[in-house]
Amino acid sequence: MNNSQSNVNHEPLLQVKGLETAFSIEGKDHNAVDGVSFNVEKGKIVGIVGESGCGKSVMSLSVMNLLPKGIGKIRNGEVLFEGRNLEGLDDKEMNKIRGKDISMIFQEPMTSLNPVFTIGYQLEEVLHNHFKLSKKEATEKVVQLLSAVGISRAERIVDEYPHQLSGGMRQRVMIAMAIACQPKLLIADEPTTALDVTVQAQILELLQDIQKKNDMAIIFITHDLGVVSETCDEVIVMYAGRIVERTDVQRLFNSPKHPYTELLMGAIPRLEEEKDMLATIDGIVPSLTKMPEVGCRFANRCPKAMKECTTVTPKLAKNEEGHEVACLLYETSRPEEEVLR
Amino acid sequence: MSITELNKSQTEKLLEVNDLKMHFPVKGGFFKRTIGAVKAVDGVSFDIKKGETLGLVGESGCGKSTTGRSILRLLDPTDGEVLFNGEDITKLTGKRLRDIRQDIQMVFQDPYASLNPMQMVGDIVSEPIKNYHKNRKGEELKAEVMDLLNRVGLPEDAYYKYAHEFSGGQRQRIGIARALALKPKLIIADEPVSALDVSVQSQVLNLLNELQDEFDLTYLFIAHDLSVVKHMSDRIGVMYLGNIMEVAEKSSIYAEPLHPYTQALISAVPDASKIGQKRERIVLEGDVPSPENPPSGCPFHTRCPKAMDECSKIKPQLKEVKPGQHVACLLYE
Repeated sequence: MNNSQSNVNHEPLLQVKGLETAFSIEGKDHNAVDGVSFNVEKGKIVGIVGESGCGKSVMSLSVMNLLPKGIGKIRNGEVLFEGRNLEGLDDKEMNKIRGKDISMIFQEPMTSLNPVFTIGYQLEEVLHNHFKLSKKEATEKVVQLLSAVGISRAERIVDEYPHQLSGGMRQRVMIAMAIACQPKLLIADEPTTALDVTVQAQILELLQDIQKKNDMAIIFITHDLGVVSETCDEVIVMYAGRIVERTDVQRLFNSPKHPYTELLMGAIPRLEEEKDMLATIDGIVPSLTKMPEVGCRFANRCPKAMKECTTVTPKLAKNEEGHEVACLLYETSRPEEEVLR
Repeated sequence: MSITELNKSQTEKLLEVNDLKMHFPVKGGFFKRTIGAVKAVDGVSFDIKKGETLGLVGESGCGKSTTGRSILRLLDPTDGEVLFNGEDITKLTGKRLRDIRQDIQMVFQDPYASLNPMQMVGDIVSEPIKNYHKNRKGEELKAEVMDLLNRVGLPEDAYYKYAHEFSGGQRQRIGIARALALKPKLIIADEPVSALDVSVQSQVLNLLNELQDEFDLTYLFIAHDLSVVKHMSDRIGVMYLGNIMEVAEKSSIYAEPLHPYTQALISAVPDASKIGQKRERIVLEGDVPSPENPPSGCPFHTRCPKAMDECSKIKPQLKEVKPGQHVACLLYE
């Protein structure tokens, strides 16, 4: 349907470069996303994990240009989609991309559907925005979309309202809406967090099917490392607005490097193993106004923190295997014995 | 009804629930007559031994929270009995009910909604003590509350603060301190960590485990997260649509789940140890049926991959299939 744009050779689908998103609190700007850079390749699933308050959602809203006006703004950096900078675009042009090339699904399927319109109406709206379709064509397409996301009585659902559906069904409707225009990139912000495990399994299966069929890239934002391990190709671990670790999914689970990642993994009870005590991380993510100015933002909670951690800001550095980590423990310029402690 | 301490010697079981039913009437029509019932809990039986943790898992709407609330008589069960130390508490009233509630306390799911925003933390935690022990007051009471706050890992100055000044994990600690205030024997923890971040969740789970050893507590641990339930429990009961489908020691239920629903539930949990391999997931079709109009026979037969013809006719009863492993499924009859 929308393969009109030619594929640029080996250029990542999405490039985020040095993104800084700030919120204005009492007249001062505070960076909720602080210098984040990453690429998403065509047809790949990239997971973004971290506790609440780590800037995962703010980052995705920045990409979509959906930050609350007057409060949040992009201070620095750029977002390139197929080589085109999204940041300079006005609302009208951005609307052509949102929903068509990049779309998004949210955590709470109840609050992201409008309660006073039928499911059919809301789906048709998306189609009308981007294509010229007759009423009949649009209805047919909607039924087709709903069947594609595994809703069995699609013809009847179109006339129903969101409250008549279960949580899993609503999330399917949201997915149908998001894939209506066959986007190249889907941003899924905690899409299964509000769902039961059995429904979560259905939705994950569905997303992976659609991803393969449409060769779509997905940014999968979640705090559930189990979900990441089953769905993603690459994982980004965020802490307090910065990327602390990035690598492919196997390497991350087999040899996590950043102390934060290690603790995060140790904190989760797992079905397949027995632990007496779970790892804990003392304290909480610092609030925006209390972010340390220099040094590693995890230093005050890190069990492996050294003196320099509060004065030197670690950079995200890549090792030979392509495993990126931002931690002084792994900075290569340091003497060998200190690296190993 | 007698209030004697029934054969205490043989009651190793602290709590015994027999055929508990909780039906909520559905009213409708012109005269608001009862036209149906939501069978939230429909014949649940289990027991908890002293010092043990029994986990109850299931999807939302399966009746696990209602079970917990009925045990505490926050809801009056429609039918069945709840024996606490051998005494049926479903029929108790007045002073005796009040007394027994000292021994059973609850920790709630939402740490934001279960603490009074107008009260200082010190008052929240001391209220149950004031309620039951009128003679304890002043400095003595304050010292006792301070001890409790200290024990659950809250700072000294928490006493004079309000709930909104704390993070989610700390609020849950306040809720735990309040539950401990009366030195209960049984604590019903209803999704105590589902509103918390993983790093905070692990702190609260560790705390609950420590307190269990220290105060000799028995837990009924209700949660939807199977990994959390497995971490906490000795035995696990799996609920579906108001019924218990399987109860067993946690090791056996995870190593060899017998009920098709348990099998599906366990296979649906994402597993970080098998990265890269495509797992055989049992994906259930459709949604949980409405408890207002549950399927005939086995409540799970409409979604069961192994359903047989009889399943829609006969309702299977819990039976001991392997030592300690009780299953309600016709496959094992």
